[in-house]
Amino acid sequence: MLSYLAAEPHAVTAAADGVVHSTAWLMIAYPLAGAAVLLLGGRRTNAWGHWLAVAMSLAAFVWAALSLVQLLGLDPAERSRSVHVYEWLTAGSLTIDINLLIDPLSITFALLITGVGSLIHIYSVGYMAEDPGRRRFFGYLNLFVAAMLVLVLADNFVLLFLGWEGVGLASYLLIGFWQHKPSAAVAAKKAFLINRVGDMGLLIAIMLMFGTFGTLAYAPVFASADAAGSAVTTVIGLLLLLGACGKSAQLPLQAWLLDAMEGPTPVSALIHAATMVTAGVYLIVRSGPIFEAAPTAQLVVTIVGAATLLAGAVIGCAKDDIKKALAGSTMSQIGYMTLAAGLGPIGYAAAIAHLVTHGFFKAGLFLGAGSVMHGMNDEVDMRRYGGLRTAMPVTFATFGIGYLAIIGFPFLSGWWTKEGIIEAAFASGGVTGQVLGWAALLGAGLTAFYMSRVMFMTFFGERRWAADAHPHESPRSMTLPMVVLAVGSVALGAVLVYGYRFALFLEPAVGAAEHHEFSLATLLTSWTSLTALAFMVAGVAFAWVRYARAPVPRTAPRGSFVTVAARNELYGNTLNEELFMRPGQALTAAAVSFDEKVVDGVVDGVARGVRDSSEGLRRMQTGFARSYALSMLFGAAVVVALLGVNLV
Amino acid sequence: MSIPWLTLAIALPALGALVVALLPRERAELGRRLTLGVTLATLLLVVAMAFNFDPSGPRFQFEEVIPWIPRFGVYYAVGVDGIALLLIVLSALLVPLVVLAAWRERDDNGGTPGAAGSADAERAGSGNGYFALILLLEAMMIGVFAAMDVFLFYVLFEAMLIPVYFMIGRYGRGAERRRAAVKFLLYSLFGGLLMLVAVIGVYALSARSGAGTFLWADLVGADGALAGLDPATARWLFLGFFIAFAIKAPMWPVHTWLPGAAGSSRPGTAVLLVGVLDKVGTYGMLRYCLELFPEAARWFVWPVVVLSLVSIVYGAVLAIGQSDMMRLIAYTSVSHFGFITLGIFAMTTQGQSGAALYMINHGFSTGALFLVAGFLIARHGTGAIADYQGVQKAAPLLAGTFLVAGLSSLALPGLSPFVSEFLVFVGTFAFHPVPAVIASVGVVLAALYILWMYQRTMTGPLPPALSRLRDLSGRELWAVGPLIAVIIAFGVYPKPMLDVINPAVEQTMQQVGVSDPAPALGHVDQAANGGEGASE
Repeated sequence: MLSYLAAEPHAVTAAADGVVHSTAWLMIAYPLAGAAVLLLGGRRTNAWGHWLAVAMSLAAFVWAALSLVQLLGLDPAERSRSVHVYEWLTAGSLTIDINLLIDPLSITFALLITGVGSLIHIYSVGYMAEDPGRRRFFGYLNLFVAAMLVLVLADNFVLLFLGWEGVGLASYLLIGFWQHKPSAAVAAKKAFLINRVGDMGLLIAIMLMFGTFGTLAYAPVFASADAAGSAVTTVIGLLLLLGACGKSAQLPLQAWLLDAMEGPTPVSALIHAATMVTAGVYLIVRSGPIFEAAPTAQLVVTIVGAATLLAGAVIGCAKDDIKKALAGSTMSQIGYMTLAAGLGPIGYAAAIAHLVTHGFFKAGLFLGAGSVMHGMNDEVDMRRYGGLRTAMPVTFATFGIGYLAIIGFPFLSGWWTKEGIIEAAFASGGVTGQVLGWAALLGAGLTAFYMSRVMFMTFFGERRWAADAHPHESPRSMTLPMVVLAVGSVALGAVLVYGYRFALFLEPAVGAAEHHEFSLATLLTSWTSLTALAFMVAGVAFAWVRYARAPVPRTAPRGSFVTVAARNELYGNTLNEELFMRPGQALTAAAVSFDEKVVDGVVDGVARGVRDSSEGLRRMQTGFARSYALSMLFGAAVVVALLGVNLV
Repeated sequence: MSIPWLTLAIALPALGALVVALLPRERAELGRRLTLGVTLATLLLVVAMAFNFDPSGPRFQFEEVIPWIPRFGVYYAVGVDGIALLLIVLSALLVPLVVLAAWRERDDNGGTPGAAGSADAERAGSGNGYFALILLLEAMMIGVFAAMDVFLFYVLFEAMLIPVYFMIGRYGRGAERRRAAVKFLLYSLFGGLLMLVAVIGVYALSARSGAGTFLWADLVGADGALAGLDPATARWLFLGFFIAFAIKAPMWPVHTWLPGAAGSSRPGTAVLLVGVLDKVGTYGMLRYCLELFPEAARWFVWPVVVLSLVSIVYGAVLAIGQSDMMRLIAYTSVSHFGFITLGIFAMTTQGQSGAALYMINHGFSTGALFLVAGFLIARHGTGAIADYQGVQKAAPLLAGTFLVAGLSSLALPGLSPFVSEFLVFVGTFAFHPVPAVIASVGVVLAALYILWMYQRTMTGPLPPALSRLRDLSGRELWAVGPLIAVIIAFGVYPKPMLDVINPAVEQTMQQVGVSDPAPALGHVDQAANGGEGASE
């Protein structure tokens, strides 16, 4: 039984409760104020703006940490609090409040966003030091943190939508940060556009929820989800999934994520790996009661997750651009989380735990990639790397830890949390459970292969550098965040999973699942964990044979048709172009000429001859006016025809 | 003794127009300053009036009723409800900004004898004629929203054509402006003619029992002079008004005058044309079509909903296909007006409140878009999208304001147009899911037309031809800055506007005899009371 089904979230007043929760809005206000100062302040803030942004992000982190402390001081049944800020809009029976929901799930996200976010702010101080647009960059980063906090702290779907599109805007601005590059501008627009398709789904889901429940606040909607009937909840669930697919780059709305790597690397780490792209998983877990009342929608969620986890992994295997290989990996890892989120209560904690550890090791990997690029004149082609482990020892060490974590090396973070997902998949039972479980296992093997490929091509083997490359270790401000993230990549998994600590912590927000007695021995000796280990070893070994023992050619070999397909991102872009872009262009052209020639045509034809006013005046009495009258009559006739079909 | 707020707000710019028009040609600078002064004074007056408006008071406030042509029951009757009040505030806000934007624009009379611009005149900027027309138009705009007499409304509705005709045809841009002005005039006159017939019809029918009247308050309601009208007659009269309003709005398929008119206008004229004048059409639907002929309005719901959906999708697709910025923005408005009419005819509280708010917010967002596009055109002399690239590099402020205005046009949450569009969606869905789902395609198309335009003009490498493009000047910032500020402020806190709109909408719904459908999981007795709109 979910605790919020029993009661509405507890209202918070400053007098009765600690001051942190009642001022939770400050968590959002800090980075928002930072963004406002940086974006409106102009050049005056150039000298210190980036430090202001770092400070604001850290302030939000402190607030999130204090909120956690206060939350832990409460009885678990009371760990869901709604903080009223102000009334946003109202019309008829619809009222939308700016209310913040403080519960274990939202605080987990707030900590991840502000924690990893602050590290990436610090990293960017060094990474963007030479960029003339650094102030604008930090303004956008602060804006992103604020919007993402709105997304996860909202206590109703409309406020969530505000954050949802807000992070979309920040993502758009940051992908296209180097606007003078046409490729960046196109990638930014593409990301926003594909996301809008998903947003359309979310928007329709919101309308349907209001039409069904008469409210859009989480608590009452979830409380009556069962009563709505599975037809309605299935439709709502599928629409929410569409929104999640856009934001989290899941099939079929995945095509924007690889192009999004046009943005500066810290952006790829924060937005397109650790936080924003996981918002879809958040949405599904948060809307758990809807999905639990809609088994079909849940099934579709798991299928989407499984398909994306394999597709992303396959793409990751073939990309030579280090950031795009990592982006394929992100798709794949979020596929794991989506799969788990679709399993219902047994998968929620596993999904969110993997989301958190992934946030650490993937952010670390991206920052490592950025560090390599920083030292290699912004080269991204791994075929131009090789043997970098001696030139960049800190980067090598931290990247290596992230690598071990993501492939599921025993006792590192990824091992704990990925194991949780695989186990939950098999535990969900039936043929579906078997298929999902084996997809997850296969994915583990692929992950080991493509990540080892990245590792070997970058840090091992012969030096295939460009003539003018002089790799060097990055400055302290960049390596320090990498070290912190590496520590998380090592330890966080055990902290969260050992003894089901995290699952129990999340219970007040996502509901309880059955836990058998926790035992490290069973975890180590279970057949799933041993199989995953075998798949991992096989993946590493295969990569070692191909990319460490054999020399890596400087130009990519042609490859089999599978390689070519993976390089082309499994033709997702081609599909979009053929299905939507070309027909769309044809439709637009046809509509423009229809408007000119048919709707407006009569007018243009006659009036084209008119040159000066006197002649125009003369013609006005002859053909000119008549033609206008004709076209107006046509318009009016259409109106009348449509309006007055059986008027009299 | 109460202050005649509305009469003052009409008289002030009207007098100003007279004075500015009579100024000698050499005194252009004085004329400009005077115009700005008068429009700012009017804005202050209107804002003061708005603060005196009591949202919990009677629906119509600041009413003045003076017999004008007693023989025919014509009155000078003015008064505002929340919706009219906000539209008046919007007009009074936009006019000074337009004046600022037009400050240095040259009168380009393209070879008309006697008006060829000398070097002096070119340096001097806009002449008194244009500013006098703006002031005259402002007086009429305030009047048309304040009118409480159908005849007075009709007279102002038609009279507004005159200043606009000259603002496009004489002071517009490009070779096509005369043609565009004539087209605008003929379309509007045609609509006006139909409306005149309907207005006379209303008067004649009101005389069935007792003396005929044009007073709106005497016509509407269960015991009004139009009560018990034969349905067929009411539907014809509805159509007379509706077609005039649909042309003005503009609604597909009578929209084709707008792109030409906006494309041939000065940006300031386009702001007033699309930002305010077109709202007279949607405002008229809400106030006159719905309330004078409630039964007919309910009867016409589905045809109007279909036309609205066509407008939304068709306008957006056409916007995507445009190669000229001004025309592109004009087509986005066809799409946006589709949302407004959709919200009105959804016949739900959320739909109509959203539509009313949409009228205001659209004025902000499209006004800002037209202004910034105008600044760009003033620098480089062309509106063709293909002539621009990488402007962001040379003029970051200009690009930034353009982006914010564009984002508000695509209804990004956090900016004011989102609130209205969201309400229209929710209200339409409550009426029927299918139109709401079709309309939501507009959400995706809006992202495409705005961001593609931004990408083509503002991003990419800066070509040498544009390398010396100036960024926004202080005056230009003052023109567009207030709009950006209200777009953000009312996006975050729209309550002040909704507080005055909601009571007016509730009364309108009552007048039309419709009520909101109950949610699917609501109480059964509520569902039984569901209005016409809820029958599905």
